[in-house]
Amino acid sequence: MNLDETIQEFLIESRENLDALERGFVELETKPSDKEIIASIFRTMHTLKGTAGLLGFARLEHLAHAGESLLSNVRDGTQALTPEITSVLLAVVDRVRGVLGIVESTASDGTERHEDLVAALHALRSGAGAGAGSAAVAAASVRPAATSAPEPAAVPVAAPPRQPSAAPATPIPTPSVEATSTPPPAAQAALNSPPPAGVASSVSPSASIEAAPAPTSAVEASASPPPGSSAKPAAPTADAHPSTADLNVRVDVHLLDKLMNLVGELVLARNQLVQYGARNEDPAFTSASQRLSQITTELQEQVMKTRMQPIGTIWSKLPRVVRDLAVSLGRQIRIEMAGAETELDRTILEAIKDPLTHIVRNSVDHGIEDPPVRLAAGKPRTGTLSLRAFHEGGSVNIEISDDGAGLKLDAIRKKALDRGVITADRAMRMSDNELMQLIFMPGFSTAEKISNVSGRGVGMDVVKTNIEKIGGTVDLSSRPGAGTTIRIRIPLTLAIIPALVIESGGQRYAIPQVNLLELVGLDADEAKTAIESIRGSAFFRLRGRLLPLVFLDELFNPPPVPPPSLTGLPRAATGLPKPAGRQFAGAANIVVLQADEHQFGLVVDDVQDTEEIVVKPLGKELKGVAIFEGATIMGDGRVALILDVAGLAQHAAAFDPRRGSGQAAAAETDKDADEAERQSLLLFSVGEDETMGIPLSRVARIEEFPRSKIERAGRRPVAQYRGAILPLVELSPALYNTATATDGANVHVIVYSGRERAIGFIVNKILDVVEESYTVDRSTARSSVLGAAVVQGKVIEILDADDVLRMHAPTLLPQGAS
Amino acid sequence: MKLEAETGDVTSQLCTFLVDELHFGVPVEHVQEVLRYQEMTPVPLAPAVVAGLINLRGHIVTALDLRARLGLAPRGPDDRTAMNVVIRIGDSTVSLLVDDIGDVVEVEQGSFESTPPTLHASIRSLVGGVYKLKGELLLLLEAGLAIQMENPDGGHRSGHGERS
Repeated sequence: MNLDETIQEFLIESRENLDALERGFVELETKPSDKEIIASIFRTMHTLKGTAGLLGFARLEHLAHAGESLLSNVRDGTQALTPEITSVLLAVVDRVRGVLGIVESTASDGTERHEDLVAALHALRSGAGAGAGSAAVAAASVRPAATSAPEPAAVPVAAPPRQPSAAPATPIPTPSVEATSTPPPAAQAALNSPPPAGVASSVSPSASIEAAPAPTSAVEASASPPPGSSAKPAAPTADAHPSTADLNVRVDVHLLDKLMNLVGELVLARNQLVQYGARNEDPAFTSASQRLSQITTELQEQVMKTRMQPIGTIWSKLPRVVRDLAVSLGRQIRIEMAGAETELDRTILEAIKDPLTHIVRNSVDHGIEDPPVRLAAGKPRTGTLSLRAFHEGGSVNIEISDDGAGLKLDAIRKKALDRGVITADRAMRMSDNELMQLIFMPGFSTAEKISNVSGRGVGMDVVKTNIEKIGGTVDLSSRPGAGTTIRIRIPLTLAIIPALVIESGGQRYAIPQVNLLELVGLDADEAKTAIESIRGSAFFRLRGRLLPLVFLDELFNPPPVPPPSLTGLPRAATGLPKPAGRQFAGAANIVVLQADEHQFGLVVDDVQDTEEIVVKPLGKELKGVAIFEGATIMGDGRVALILDVAGLAQHAAAFDPRRGSGQAAAAETDKDADEAERQSLLLFSVGEDETMGIPLSRVARIEEFPRSKIERAGRRPVAQYRGAILPLVELSPALYNTATATDGANVHVIVYSGRERAIGFIVNKILDVVEESYTVDRSTARSSVLGAAVVQGKVIEILDADDVLRMHAPTLLPQGAS
Repeated sequence: MKLEAETGDVTSQLCTFLVDELHFGVPVEHVQEVLRYQEMTPVPLAPAVVAGLINLRGHIVTALDLRARLGLAPRGPDDRTAMNVVIRIGDSTVSLLVDDIGDVVEVEQGSFESTPPTLHASIRSLVGGVYKLKGELLLLLEAGLAIQMENPDGGHRSGHGERS
């Protein structure tokens, strides 16, 4: 019905106020003497009353007034806040919600006079015995829902919210709701006798009203009965505070959508203009169109941001849900939230609202144990439910963990067998993980007692479906006795991440900054020395470690694979071009990346800027291309692909099976090594007759000269050598803590070529130059040593020259290592 | 509009286009829009049918080369003449690259016939039937199949790319 604008405003404001009240009550329970919260609650209730009165909603006003009076006592300190009072006040909130629903459909506040609640409030106010209050509450709970409001579909919210009739009916102890299953015995008992009075913080209630859960679905009317009051209620410790109203404006969602569409059209027109501009030589036009292009992209991004909301908006309901549920079950639970500010697109929020609530309920209902059970298990009496949300890559991750009993694998196994889901044989062979996955099957629930909350068996499979519908994944892990964690991962349709833009093969790509370790730019000479080829794969030396190198252009345009008849021949004989990596001529831009434990260097043509980019998912049709995690629209309107660094690493490893994955480079033994990959190695002795090797390619010369030629420059030994000053490092003291074994009066020096200068390594003796293919076992790496290798049948250590330099002559490092 | 096997009165509207001189038609309700040549970003290591990605009002849409999809010679990388027929079915939006765009044509159920066996197998797999129009055959393209990467018998890619 077409509502008066004032009434619409009233509805929106009042609903917000109710939310604030609800949050406030729950928070107040944990801090009963917090004056600010009480004052704020009081003001809100007062406002509610006032506006209701102004619009002529007398019955609503009447109810709010009663609530306000009670609150006034609490605020003045003449009455202490008790769980009973909180429950009644929460009941008032629920009832008002129901009335708002009536207002929405009839523009009047209905015929109900709410005497039950008003009486309860009065009773509490006059302190006429907690029992009276509870009895009134019990009576209130039996009340049928307000007549013309939509039926309270307070079902486990796994059921699709828009079809309450399709969901199994909740056994709310009311006659008006048809019950497909009998209400739990506890509830029945409660119906027949007033619940125990008292605000004792006793551990378990003897009988409590089975609370219908506060519905968090889209259904508005919620005449859910208030929970029983005997158990200590849940104590949420949410860190969410209501956002400052002053900095926000309220905008019609349709207006935002229209804005989005217009911007979309603008973008299309911009694209056409840019295309035209590319062919147009007029610089004024070009610059103007570029400016337009930039502005359009920014406008688009900002408008898209308007659709983003913090996940806290759907989390804010959860403390109440947990509280009510915990009270009804006689458990004590605190809820922790981290990352409530994590932003998500509106539509995603909508889609995950119900699944989240269901998962939370499950934790409370099936996860967290009763206090005596917890205590017996050595756990704190109060269970903890923690929610965590964070962005990672292009996804949002939500984790819900509890420290409860964990999944009961035996029960699951039995249930699956009973249902015929698995055969007995399979059941015995299933791993724990596989068993856990069974809960995602339709109709699966192992709750022994079907509460009206969960355990209806419609749960986790619907959760999984709903999440997968928006492209997400659900996973769980559990430890018996310790707890369960559920992980939801949703690729965002809108995520903004900082990324480095690089160019390769004439195209731009974006690399998420989270994967970026550093950038190394090498000129042609540096590239020659810094990039090494070990057994056919290119490696890059970074501060003493060898990182595998991936050439992006080669990865994207792989060189032809040798036909089978030619395998086994040395590459040189196949007549095929060597991959670019091997013959590296020219400068290199290396982007050092990390994904999981893999580190590697990516060679690209050009490194551009770091930008904030909007991550767009690739279509379903491209889901199999693992090296890209999405795409983005650049400032000029063109699409750039976003690299998935983990996928890239895997692909590169698969592409060249001889490549290791990061740190364990070159660890495989390759029996059919090519002729061309033998390396020349200079062997020398240091320390107490230890043999070491250094790749000959780095060695400029081998010298021998009298010890007397060694002079000092500052504290460093040097020698005059070929008209320049050659700095020296004695390897024996450096590596082995022994003096260099002197061979007469002469020292043996390996002149090693650095960037601008040479350096001389003083060794005991030069042994040999051998040509051999070897692999370095990096697990034996230590300071100044790359690792051990088997050369000529003996195990020797390979010198890490850069490391030596770094320690003893840092200014002489051959590359621009930071 | 559903094609009902009733009288020949039922008509449907098809958006038509040309690929290698073959006339194809797709029900208009599946066509979101048609565009001229759009700048595309190539997707390395994607199947050959993927011509690239286009920016469609802020949405990134995959463009499939219908020629390649039909098993015909694909376009050259420097070809800038292709037009885009943006197909939208359910929540999938994919653009098909075609040689040229035709008119929206109204066809009658009565003129619908099954695909002639003389048509090449790779094309037949994507054609649901033909309409006999005056002087020519209009091939009804199975848009839903066309926007997938491969034919079902060629092996589907799974929906989720579960990368470890």
